[in-house]
Amino acid sequence: MAAIDDLAKLLEETPGGGVVLTTLDAVMNWARGKSLWTFPMGTACCAMELIAASFSRFDFDRHGTIPRPDPRHCDVMVVAGTVTRKMMPAVKRIYDQMPEPRWVIAMGNCAVSGGIFYYDSYSVVRGVDEFLPVDVYIAGCPPRPEALQDAVLQLRKKIAAQSISPKRTRAVQSDLAMPSDPRKGDVTATRADAAGDVSEVTS
Amino acid sequence: MATEELTLNIGPSHPSTHGVCRLVVRLDGEIVTHVEPVIGHLHRGIEKIAENRTYLQVVPLTDRLDYVGSMYANWAYCRAVERLAGIRVPERAEYIRVIVCELQRIASHMMGIGSSAADTGATSAFLYAFDQREKVIDLFEALCGARLTYNYVRPGGVAFELPDGWIEQCRAFIEQHPSAMLTIDEFFFGNAIARVRLKGIGVLDADTAVAWGVSGPAARGSGVDWDLRRDDPYSVYPRFDFDVPLGSNGDCFDRARIRLWECIESCRIIEQALDQIEPGPIMAEGLPRLLAPRPGDAYDHIESARGSLGVYVVSDGSPRPYRMKVRSPAFCNLAVLPEIAVGYTLSDLLVILGSLDPVFGEVDR
Repeated sequence: MAAIDDLAKLLEETPGGGVVLTTLDAVMNWARGKSLWTFPMGTACCAMELIAASFSRFDFDRHGTIPRPDPRHCDVMVVAGTVTRKMMPAVKRIYDQMPEPRWVIAMGNCAVSGGIFYYDSYSVVRGVDEFLPVDVYIAGCPPRPEALQDAVLQLRKKIAAQSISPKRTRAVQSDLAMPSDPRKGDVTATRADAAGDVSEVTS
Repeated sequence: MATEELTLNIGPSHPSTHGVCRLVVRLDGEIVTHVEPVIGHLHRGIEKIAENRTYLQVVPLTDRLDYVGSMYANWAYCRAVERLAGIRVPERAEYIRVIVCELQRIASHMMGIGSSAADTGATSAFLYAFDQREKVIDLFEALCGARLTYNYVRPGGVAFELPDGWIEQCRAFIEQHPSAMLTIDEFFFGNAIARVRLKGIGVLDADTAVAWGVSGPAARGSGVDWDLRRDDPYSVYPRFDFDVPLGSNGDCFDRARIRLWECIESCRIIEQALDQIEPGPIMAEGLPRLLAPRPGDAYDHIESARGSLGVYVVSDGSPRPYRMKVRSPAFCNLAVLPEIAVGYTLSDLLVILGSLDPVFGEVDR
């Protein structure tokens, strides 16, 4: 990555280099987003939906996402299913074998947070984000194959916002509310002032 | 020339191991001299978690045991609880359970045949099998909204009534299914390459199968004439006329092909069940909201797609099971792998593993 970092810095410093940089970004992101080869890290139930997604009815190949059994070929790791403490080192090791740039999709509630095994289980890792940088989370137990396709489209948006220059990486344009957005019905500071100081009301 | 054995590690994440199984293999050239499956990579402690859930809350956990055939674990667990609490299940519910479980057998065997095909390089047979599986999943989705984890069979009956038009949809499926199976039989099991890859590989003789507790299609492929639906009849199975297909050689070919004939027999059972089913309640009357059976224990087993699936439940009188133990057929079938894989090549080892059709959610629990 060092050569690309140097190239980005050089282009930023050159007058008019931004045009080259953004064009380069557009081409690279287009190519990356349209051929996301997935590593199917199927560990449990979600693996069945992962298989179904790549078969005739849902036909994942039309998005350019081809499952490859070798992590060295892959861009995206789809962690589909429960990761236990015994499995965790293997998942981490396979992630480390993937070449950069690499992304992770956490498919299913087990991979998101431990899901149904969140409470009382002594062996389940509560979400793969404890040891992997997850880019897209898909809820569901298991999620439908369409949800996995949506995750790939969301990931494509995220990739489209990337730049080889750290200064130019943009925020992702998303249709969904972000956790930082104010929720409907949230009491903002100004509204709380207008309603009077709540702490004075005694029970 | 000096030679020495090579120890090879396969997995835990390997596309051919059908889950998170790790195999430690010792090789002499390409011949397997010793194989040891290392399990537990998917051990989630479901039996322990069940001790902290009410009887109804355990049902979704049993879905995640055998995730290729969730209905079976639901049913086996519910039968054990019903035996423990003395619940009588309405007849219509029993019929619905038989229908959904036979459909589940088809869906599960499609995965089994498909993975046997994929292991031998015949990906197109996998696609044909998965097409049938998707049709079954459509039926389940209409029934309970889920594609994989159904939570449909509950203690005392089933969760939902059959939706309108479901029976016709189901009939349409079982009408086209046997011919689809015959197509797969013709172009996969009749294929010269598949026959060479499967015939005479991983021979399991009947005595070994019985000694190791192998059950289901893996045992019937060796000629062990044992099917709980016929030999220890439960639910409404005595009312149906069906055959139990048997293999003779006990090799991968028989184990895989038995599944194909079982699907056709399942269609026969479903057809009879759809003819015989009558309107009525689908849930036992007068069940308490919180089930707390009297202290005691109960064991019940059913014939799942992988073999004899048993659930043992102990109650101490509280609303939570004191102990739940699952006798999983996939675990017992996998245990025989070191016996039958020695002497074959490494590429055959994965075919043998696939022909046992293990599901690691159920092996590790």
